[in-house]
Amino acid sequence: MDISINEVQTDIAREARRFLKKECPVDFVRDMFEDPRGFTDDLWKKMMEMDWMAMRIPEKYGGMGMEQMDLGMVLEEMGRAVLPGPFFSTVVLAAEAILEAGNETQKEKYLPKIGGGELKGTLALHEPDGGADLEYIRMEARPAAGGYVLNGTKLFVPDAHVADILVCAARTQPGDDPAEGITLFVVDAKASGVTVTVLPTMDGTRKLCAVEFKQVRVESDAVLGEPNKAWGPLCKVLQRGQVALCAECVGGAQRAMEIATEYAKTRVQFDQPIGSFQAIKHMCAQMYVEAESSRSMLYWAAWAQDHADAREAALAASVAKVYCTQSYKKIANSAIQVLGGIGFAWENEAHLYLKRAKANEEALGDPIFHRERTLRIIAG
Amino acid sequence: MDYRLTPEQEAFRKGFVSWLEKNLPEDFDPSRRRSYETEDQYSRAYRAFQRRLSEGGYAAMHYPKQYGGQGKTLMEEIIVMQTLASTCMELRGPGVITHGMAVPTIYTCGNEEQKTKYLPKIFDGTHIWCQGFSEPEAGSDVANVATTAVRDGDHYVVNGQKVWTSYAHMADFCILLVRTDTTVAKHKGLSYLLLDMNSPGVEVRPLRQMTGEAEFNEVFFSDVRVPVENLVGNEGDGWRIAITTLMFERVVGDATMASAYQKNLETMIAMAKQVKRSGKPVIENPVFRQKLAQSYVDVMALKYHGLRNLSHQLRGGIPGPEGSIGKLLWSEPNQRICEAALRMQGPSSQIMSGCPWSIQDGHWQFGFLRSKGNTIEAGSSEIQRNIIGERVLGLPKDASRIDRK
Repeated sequence: MDISINEVQTDIAREARRFLKKECPVDFVRDMFEDPRGFTDDLWKKMMEMDWMAMRIPEKYGGMGMEQMDLGMVLEEMGRAVLPGPFFSTVVLAAEAILEAGNETQKEKYLPKIGGGELKGTLALHEPDGGADLEYIRMEARPAAGGYVLNGTKLFVPDAHVADILVCAARTQPGDDPAEGITLFVVDAKASGVTVTVLPTMDGTRKLCAVEFKQVRVESDAVLGEPNKAWGPLCKVLQRGQVALCAECVGGAQRAMEIATEYAKTRVQFDQPIGSFQAIKHMCAQMYVEAESSRSMLYWAAWAQDHADAREAALAASVAKVYCTQSYKKIANSAIQVLGGIGFAWENEAHLYLKRAKANEEALGDPIFHRERTLRIIAG
Repeated sequence: MDYRLTPEQEAFRKGFVSWLEKNLPEDFDPSRRRSYETEDQYSRAYRAFQRRLSEGGYAAMHYPKQYGGQGKTLMEEIIVMQTLASTCMELRGPGVITHGMAVPTIYTCGNEEQKTKYLPKIFDGTHIWCQGFSEPEAGSDVANVATTAVRDGDHYVVNGQKVWTSYAHMADFCILLVRTDTTVAKHKGLSYLLLDMNSPGVEVRPLRQMTGEAEFNEVFFSDVRVPVENLVGNEGDGWRIAITTLMFERVVGDATMASAYQKNLETMIAMAKQVKRSGKPVIENPVFRQKLAQSYVDVMALKYHGLRNLSHQLRGGIPGPEGSIGKLLWSEPNQRICEAALRMQGPSSQIMSGCPWSIQDGHWQFGFLRSKGNTIEAGSSEIQRNIIGERVLGLPKDASRIDRK
């Protein structure tokens, strides 16, 4: 048993922190919050030059073939910086979906471009009546003239407004068993019949979209891997996405705790630093407890995606998703309380952490969904 | 990074599991909350089982052979403790303070003679130890200890009172925190003595707790003579020894707790399949499913945080004040878990053990009441958060706790 970060991972994290401190300061994040696109091409290019888009892409497709844990190092720093833009949707969702479900031709077509920063993508999954239920996929894809016709609405699709491709989950057989009849399609985001609307969600640093599909025609080679059998691979993709969100949560929680703790040391009231009062001190201590134990959960879940059996990988993803997102939200809330009035102000960064915490809590299955999934795994 | 045991460790684990199947005491009954009616039976059961572990080569895995240990690593100790915790936690009870507090204190800070004299008899089950720490006026403010030890020739003469002393009623010896100097700042005048509980002038009175049982005691000392060679370290070292040596065994405690709780969750799931609400097993009720799952999540946090700390220590890392996290991760969740279990039982949650309507022999009723002590014993939650706030995060002490005499 060895639970430690290796030297390469330490370097990755250090470089990422240095880069993001310079390229993604809080003023930039605030600008992007209110920017309709939510990122800049300049930053995207620089991130590509850091090789971040290529980390998880296998070497045969021009990538670096690294593990979830390695990418986690960067994601943690991105969470710390509340990085805006389509990295999560492209690298964690679209690329992993193609990697997990795609055939050789599709991998060769898309992965080198994603790794090279030339192609952006996302995953269209949630539907209006499904709530937080990832298994609720009812959108219809009807076979027609050698291809399919897609009709329906997807919600909470991250950064679809800037995506080149949408990986979309739809039903090619009616029913409600996710294991039967779900197919993944790669759809050109500019295809006729696709309408993308950015939703006015709380967290402006990660734009979420409604995507409407009206009589959208795709060829049969748009099917990612095998038709009707996408649920298995999709689950693995979602698990990696959940763990990626955990990494963001850990980084964000750590930073929110640091901001609150620093403030508690310097802010004087009643002639003393407020951090000397136990009401404040204990809030800071609890933030530390939850940030550190979240990190412990993250490491297990990230390791499990590449090294544990299928049951443990699924269990770890759900357990960590519950714990890390709940901890992040609690920590962001406490940070605001410690900061007092200034923490409530737009100009302070505390609200950025709370809002990302809220977004991560809802993304890829909320805590209620993941607790139920946890119990199904451990008790049936 | 790897969470798995090595093939050798896995083989060791399997070997111990099969040894344990053949060597559990005949009178141990895991279906009952307590297998032993009297404290005397309980004490004897612990000693006999510890002897059996020792003879089997499974006691004190990570301590040197010259002191009666097995000369292996902390990892083997963890494997043994986790297996015991998920099989027969009850049998470890009377040894908790002995192995978690007395052993690391003697081993880390005791001299050669003390180690040779005391450790082998702990490891082979001959002796149980208690720890004289809290006093009526020294609860969370441990440095306020008022029990005095005054030098008289080649003895210290001890006078005073300890309280909440776990297993003192079974103990043969005590690691005793005493004041040897009243003229210096509070925490600088403390020393650690090794005391024979059979010495004249030691009186133990059981303290009945809210569960109805008496794990704890008041211990009174009147003119108790302790040989000078029973001083641990130097005079004035008591505080430093008390706060530093215990950190090393914390990872064992956290790992043991995680395994015990994981076993407890199996008990909880079995209960949820059996107990009904509106005629249906509560495990079918979405509200209780959420509570069960959250309990599991909390236990995993303890488990995986503990493993991360353990790994740090296995690589030679020195445990520090951040170890307080573990205490908070087992004490507070245990209260929530017991509360959730009782909630599932509805009005039946009021029924203690001992009647046909008792659920799982009153396991959760006892657990709920006992868990109330978890956030108080071994450093209250408030003290743990002070430690983290001040010693990890560097927040200033509050005005009332700036050093005083």
